[in-house]
Amino acid sequence: MTQFLSLLMNGISLGALYALIALGFVVIFKASEVVSFTHGSLLLLGAYSIARLSDPLGFYLAVLVGVAITALAAFLIERLIINRLRGAPVISLAIVTIGVDIILLTELIRRIGSDILNVPHPWAGGSVRIGDVGISENRLIATIVAALLIGLFFLAFKFSSWGVAMRASAEDGETAALMGIRLGRVSVLAWVIAGVLAGVAALFLVGSPTPGVSPAAYTVALRAFPAAILGGLDSTGGALVGGLLIGLAESFAAGYQDQLLFLGRGFGDVVPYIVMIAVLLFRPSGLFGTRELTRV
Amino acid sequence: MSESTATASRGATRRSAAAAPRRSYLRPILLGLGLLVLLALPLYLEEFWLRTGFAVAGAMVGAIGLNLLVGTTGQLSLAHAFFLAVGAVTYVFVSGESGGLGLADLGGLGWPPLIGMTAGVVLAGVAGLIFSPIAARLRGIYLGVASLGLVFIGQHVLNSWTTVTGGFNGRSAPEFSLFGFTFSNTDPDLFVLDVPFREAERLWYLGLVLALAAYVFARNLLRSRAGRALQTLRDSEVAASVMGVNVQRYKARVFLVSSMYAGLAGVMYALSIGSIAPESFGLEVSILYLAMIVLGGLGSVGGAALGALFVSALPLIFQRYADVVPLVGGTGDGGLAAGEAARYFFGLAIVLVVLFEPAGLAGLAERFRRRGRDPGRGGAPTSRSSAATSGSTTSVPSDPPAQGSSS
Repeated sequence: MTQFLSLLMNGISLGALYALIALGFVVIFKASEVVSFTHGSLLLLGAYSIARLSDPLGFYLAVLVGVAITALAAFLIERLIINRLRGAPVISLAIVTIGVDIILLTELIRRIGSDILNVPHPWAGGSVRIGDVGISENRLIATIVAALLIGLFFLAFKFSSWGVAMRASAEDGETAALMGIRLGRVSVLAWVIAGVLAGVAALFLVGSPTPGVSPAAYTVALRAFPAAILGGLDSTGGALVGGLLIGLAESFAAGYQDQLLFLGRGFGDVVPYIVMIAVLLFRPSGLFGTRELTRV
Repeated sequence: MSESTATASRGATRRSAAAAPRRSYLRPILLGLGLLVLLALPLYLEEFWLRTGFAVAGAMVGAIGLNLLVGTTGQLSLAHAFFLAVGAVTYVFVSGESGGLGLADLGGLGWPPLIGMTAGVVLAGVAGLIFSPIAARLRGIYLGVASLGLVFIGQHVLNSWTTVTGGFNGRSAPEFSLFGFTFSNTDPDLFVLDVPFREAERLWYLGLVLALAAYVFARNLLRSRAGRALQTLRDSEVAASVMGVNVQRYKARVFLVSSMYAGLAGVMYALSIGSIAPESFGLEVSILYLAMIVLGGLGSVGGAALGALFVSALPLIFQRYADVVPLVGGTGDGGLAAGEAARYFFGLAIVLVVLFEPAGLAGLAERFRRRGRDPGRGGAPTSRSSAATSGSTTSVPSDPPAQGSSS
């Protein structure tokens, strides 16, 4: 039972981080119809900047600057590339982000090299006990911060003028533009928000249970893809549910590894993808995605 | 195909018929000369180039296959590396000998390599068919991300199914042989015009034959009824189904064909490297294949082959001429490693191609050709605007008439 509870806690905290990344993913998709494959390297960029800057700047300032750098990168990608391709086919847009991802990732891996950079979290590797269940302090803080950010995001999405503009332009871009909503501005804001979310997720993803900033963080970020797809690419609530689901599935598969040994070691790493494919088999647009209806 | 495209293509044939007397002799002669040069090259080139040539041939087969799926039919797939792995592993398992290697206990059937290669192709096709019910239900971008999952699942299987795949360290691939003629350094010793024909020379011809067959098959497929159906599918699924194209079945079929291509490419990869390991079939490989077809030009068979040549040869050439190419300075500080330099280059090239020339190298070639033929008209009609107005799912206009001549 104790093991179950601690896996549950871990799964939720991991899921909260996935949800943060997936949320950025969904926001970008809603605002600009782009499936951003750059997200993995954006995340790595955030982690790298924080790790490198925390020595000269101190931890908290480094976090601010690191998140800002990630957001800036997202901003530049939108302005320099995506914005010029407005109206291009979805597949071309996805491919262009893959191109950006290759460049960014190569540069980061070259800079990181073979060493593992450490982010000096003030809470370090400590852990908290709640009843019988232990959880790393880093993950606990991550869950709280993620919950706050996600809550804030949903409020903004619902009530702020940006949120309204964004929902309107996702509903029907042409009409929204005719009503005076500037699609370009909506899109760039979405990218910046996604960058911030990715930066924050990066801060916690390279913390306590994981060793530090290494190119492996990129593969971790990729697992937010199934989270976003699972919930439905155009559903913000779906991203949240998908993230939690993926986090839980991964945590349980890793925790009960010994019982699952016939499936091979490290099975937890692929569980997100298996869950995703299983769900897509029954609901091709994800759990909460809008079904595309075609009329002839 | 709509009414207007049909008339346009008829117009195109009439135009080319008028120009026929001038072109009909030139093209076969050039093709024949090119083929002759390719056949004669092993007499002059050193081993490095021949090996690169075989690797390129493998990449061409894979890229042509992926292009059928992504370029022609508009189904974004990142699972190509997975199907490559299926082909390669099947070949190695079916034709390899069983036996122990270090800690691993390897299984193998020890059957003739030709059967192994066929089995690799067929099994990759079967894997594609199994995935196709999912693929056929998913639209566009969902498919892209779902296929991402296959690559990771494949990696996991490669790492843990040690008896077949050799696990983390991989296992070596058996040499190819055809009815007793082995594609290795000796057995039988072979001299042509006093040049020893060793493994590299023999594989060169194998690669040439396979790549040519793959090219011709894909081109004929695209010109057939099925090919037109696939292109219509890309432009609009609704229109296609109204015209009587069975959308689900055609998607399943194109997945089958494309993964069979990938299977063959996987077998050729195993032959060219001489061994397989999980890391050779990672996500990066899928992305490189995507880079090939984007650079070459989505939807064009010749473009895919060109892109494959470019993408797979460039890192090898960078590596070899590290001290000559500017900015690529081996391991010293300031310089980039060859692989890194090539990756920067691909990334940048993808971005630039999508931004400025969505039809890729094939589009560039076509533009030059049209300018030469018909100086008054200027360049080709800008493909992006036509793609945007038709609201199609890829950046290439439907181009059956142009495609045949883009080789």
